[in-house]
Parts: sequence; C-alpha cells; structure tokens
Amino acid sequence: MREESVPYALRMINIEKYFGPVHALSNINLEVGRNEIVGLIGDNGAGKSTLVKILTGVYRPTSGDLYIAGRKVDWRTYNVQRAHEYGIETVYQDKSLGEKQALWRNFFIGRQITRRFGFINVKEEKRIAQEVMLSTIGFRGKGITVDSTVSKLSGGERQGVAIGRAMYFEAELIVLDEPTVALSLKEVRKVINFVHRIKEGGKACIYISHAIQDVYEVADRFVVLDRGEIVGDLRKENVSLKDVDEFLLSYAHGLKDRRE
Amino acid sequence: MKKLRSFIRFLGKIEGLPVAVVFVLLIVVFIITAPDVFLKWRIYMSFLQTVAPPLILGLGLTFVITAGEIDLSFPAVVAFSGYVFTWAFRTFSEGIDGSLAALLALGLALLAGGMVGYINGILVARVGVPSIMATLAAQFFWYGVTVLLAGGLQAALKTIEENAVHQILTGRIYGIIPNPERGRIGIPTQALWALALAVFLWFILNRHKFGEAVMFIGDNPNVARVMGINVEATRIQLFTMMGVIAAFAGVILTMEMRVFYPTQGQGMLLPVMAAVFIGGTSIAGGVGSIVGTFFGSYIIGSLEAGVVATGISGFWVQLVQGVVMGASVVLNTVLGRGDLMVLSERLRHWGVPMRSSGFTQEALPPEHGD
Repeated sequence: MREESVPYALRMINIEKYFGPVHALSNINLEVGRNEIVGLIGDNGAGKSTLVKILTGVYRPTSGDLYIAGRKVDWRTYNVQRAHEYGIETVYQDKSLGEKQALWRNFFIGRQITRRFGFINVKEEKRIAQEVMLSTIGFRGKGITVDSTVSKLSGGERQGVAIGRAMYFEAELIVLDEPTVALSLKEVRKVINFVHRIKEGGKACIYISHAIQDVYEVADRFVVLDRGEIVGDLRKENVSLKDVDEFLLSYAHGLKDRRE
Repeated sequence: MKKLRSFIRFLGKIEGLPVAVVFVLLIVVFIITAPDVFLKWRIYMSFLQTVAPPLILGLGLTFVITAGEIDLSFPAVVAFSGYVFTWAFRTFSEGIDGSLAALLALGLALLAGGMVGYINGILVARVGVPSIMATLAAQFFWYGVTVLLAGGLQAALKTIEENAVHQILTGRIYGIIPNPERGRIGIPTQALWALALAVFLWFILNRHKFGEAVMFIGDNPNVARVMGINVEATRIQLFTMMGVIAAFAGVILTMEMRVFYPTQGQGMLLPVMAAVFIGGTSIAGGVGSIVGTFFGSYIIGSLEAGVVATGISGFWVQLVQGVVMGASVVLNTVLGRGDLMVLSERLRHWGVPMRSSGFTQEALPPEHGD
C-alpha cells in the first residue's frame, strides 16, 4: 500500500533559495511523516515564509528536490494548482479567505463544482459547504450560515473555515502559516482544536509560528529555522516547553552565532 | 414582530431592491408632478432608447469596478468602435449585401473594442500600470485616433435602415403597446438587447467561475492568487470584455443615430459611473450588483427628462440629480448588503461614531477604541 511504502507526506532535500545575492534558504532537509504535526519555528526573517512558498508552489527554489507522498516534484510545472492536486493545502494568517464573499464561495474558490461552460453548481457547493461546516470542523456559530460573508466571522472561525476547506479537499499535508497571529486567546484555543482534528483525521501538518507556546501543545516535533538554515530538530518526547524556549532564545540573542 | 423581522430579512436579500424602490418612487413622483408626460407611453419608449447604450456600458463597468479596477476609456471606445463600424459598413455595402456588410462591420467594431480593452488589460495586469492611469491615457489616445481617422468629420449611415442587422439591433417592435393616439409607438429593440445582456451578465457574475474570480480579485488579489486564480489573466479578460461591451454600446448608439460623430460617447463617463455606484457596486471592489446597475442606469437616464417635464426650471436638473444620486448611495451604504436590520441600528447611532464599523474603528484614536 502507498501508506506503508512511503512513510513521508513530504520530503525536502538540499533545498536552496537565493533572491539575487541574498541566500534565503540554505541546505534545507526536512521530512514530515504521514500523520505528523511539525511545528516550524523561527524568528521574523528566518525564512519560514520562503520555505512555505516553495512548498506550496508560489516560489521556485534555486536548487534542491521535493518529494510529496513519494512523488518527485517537477519544478518547471509546479504551481499552486499542482500543489493542490498533490494534496498540499495552505492556511495563511490573513489571506486565505475573501472577506466580502459568502462562505460557500470561499469554500470552493479556485476549484468550483461546475456544470457545462464553467457555470457553478451553487446548490451542490452550498450543500457540501454546509456539511463540512457542521461535521468536519464542528461549526456551530450562532446565526452563521453558508450564505454569511466571511467578514461576520471571528478570527478563529475564519481559520476554522480555511482548515475545514483544506480537510475537505483531502489535503495530505496542511500548512498553517502563522494562523494565530492577531487572535485573542479564546480564538487561539479554537484554532488549536482545529489542528487536533487534523491529527485525528490522519493527516499531516506543518504549523508555522514564531512563538513556541502556540505550537507546543499540538506539535509532535519542532523544527527550528534560523537565518535560512535548520538549526534544531527536536522531538516532543525529549524536550519540555522550557527546553525549546531556551533553545530558541539562545538564537534570538545571538548567543549561538554560527557565522563568526 | 418576528414575522416582520423575517420579512425584512427576506427583503434585504433581494438584490438591488433599494435602487429599484428609488426608481419606482421617482417614476411615481414624476407621474404626480407631470401626468401629461408620464401617463403616456411615449416618454418610456424614449427612455428605453436613450438608456440602452449607457446601461450596456454600466453592465460592463460593474465587472471592472467589482474587480477593484476602473475603466475611463469606454467613452473613447464608443467613438472608436462607432468609427470602425461606420467605415466598415460604408466600405463593404458598396460591394455586398447591406445586412452582411452591417454584420461584418459589427464584428470588426467589436474586435476593435476588444483590442482596446486587451491593450488596457496588458498595461494593467502585465506592466502593472494602475488602471486609472492606463485607461485615462487610453481614453485620450483612442479619441485622438478616432478624430484622426475620421478627419474630425461626422459620417452618415444612409442606407443602414434598410438592412436586417439594424432592424434586429435598433429597430422598433410595433403592435404590443396599445396606441390610441396618432402615430405609431414601437418598443426599441436595443432595450431588449440591453436587458438580455443584463440577464446574461448577471449569470456570469453570480454563477460563473469568471464572475467569482472577479469578485475575489476585487476583494483581495492575494487571496485570489493563493487560491489558484490566475489574477493577471482574469484582469486581461476583464478589460477585454469591457472593450467589447463598450464597442457594442458604440455600435448601438451609432446605428440608432444613423450618424457617427467623432465626439460620441463624451459626457457618458460620469453618468455611467454614477449608475454603477447608485446600484450598490462597491468602489472598494469585491461586491457588484448587475440588478442595481440596471435600475441605476434607468434612474440616471430618466432624471433629466423627468425633471424638465415637471415644468420646473431646467436649472434644477443637476441639483435634483445630485440629490437622487446621493440618496441612493446613502441608502445602499446604510442598508449594507442584504441586511435591512442594520438600518435601525445605524439610525440610533446617527452622528455618533460607531464601534461596529471597521472604518470608524480605525479612524478613532486608541483610547476610544474599546
């Protein structure tokens, strides 16, 4: 079976990325298991976003290989649609949903259920969106229907919709790009619960954050990125929150400057 | 009370209802103040004829504004396509059948409009020129081209009435409207074409992938991009479509007048934009209403004739236009999109900055923010 023969949802080998003379990512080797939640932690400018954008088909790396579920990615044809086909879905902090659009539209944007000539099957889209809202992410917001616009949702609920959408489209790997920035504690709690559902659903996840507190509870493993390099790969069994925190602080304060 | 609430909520969901109500009220006012004119069919037939070109333009512009862009070049396309049509018809009709010549001329004119729009699209989407600049330049350029090609002269379409294309696009349908008076009254077919186009474009905007892409791009182009929409291609298609639609309006206008003027279309820019905004299409992008634009165009188109017909001085026309436009836009803003309940809440806060609105929240200093 595919699941047994390929233990990784994702594998990056020697990924390098230059923006002109700027060495944004160097020698990135990263694996994510099929049902693993990986916390990708790093300060601002560490290269987290660049890494994600390569993964999701927005940027092309300068060199290196990417395997998704055992399949090697051909960079020449790799783009956002292709990443979706490969089962990689991304939930961005603030740009996953069109605010003035109805929930059902947001659900299917980019891959609508269409009839002939590209006309949208509204009834079917609404039905499925409704179903996913209730079952997959347990959405019971008062007065919120699939016809509501996103602007009526709270920050946490929005991330819930984006995660629910990713799960519906059978994402093998969901990338959460700083999903809790600018959210209140109560809303962060909601997002954490959505991440638990990803784990329960048997899927993989890369949770990107600059704060370890957010990811510690849900992640199985922590990968620390600093100035374009992976400097730490810690399993949760082996470290406490305090350990990881101290590890990160040592980089933040430049105590472990690798480039003297 | 509960029934009333759900009824109000139901009303709020009807697209373009506020503008439709304004339009009906306007007609009622005109009927009361000028019964001689507004209780007869003729004035309405006149509206159907004159409103058709700006309505067609407004329908296209609704898409452009929904996408968060603007097109200022459509008046020039009305002139340029009118020239292309006239030139082609006069050239072809010497050799071939008039209807075929008109059909070919129509095709060429639409092509010319599409080309203007495509160039706009390339400038905006590929080169990255803001659409207001690109289309402003295009507006001057294509009027310039038209004047040069036409030698600054108008040109008559003498034999155009004899052919089928003219009959189909800008003919009159007689026999439907009862007419006890002297003279025949026919329904201008261009009004039907404009209506058909409105229905078609409603489906494209609200039920087609293209329309959804337009709304998401207007809402937030970054979201559209990460969700796999080809933002650049959609923008180019959008401007091309606007060009073709503007050319169609130009041909209708030229055919109806049976004369091409190098300055035709001038003066249409602001009324057409006003019609779109009255209809509730958001200047911020992301939300557009075809139904709103439809009634908005008829409001704008009937104001001048209506005010003059009431017998008050023509000097009042612009003032009344301003009041009606202002009232419509305020009504739209206050009602929000599909939520009449907001109105009572807003009225209670009249004059007091509201916390519930994102806009005022940002405008307030932080100490008032909570």
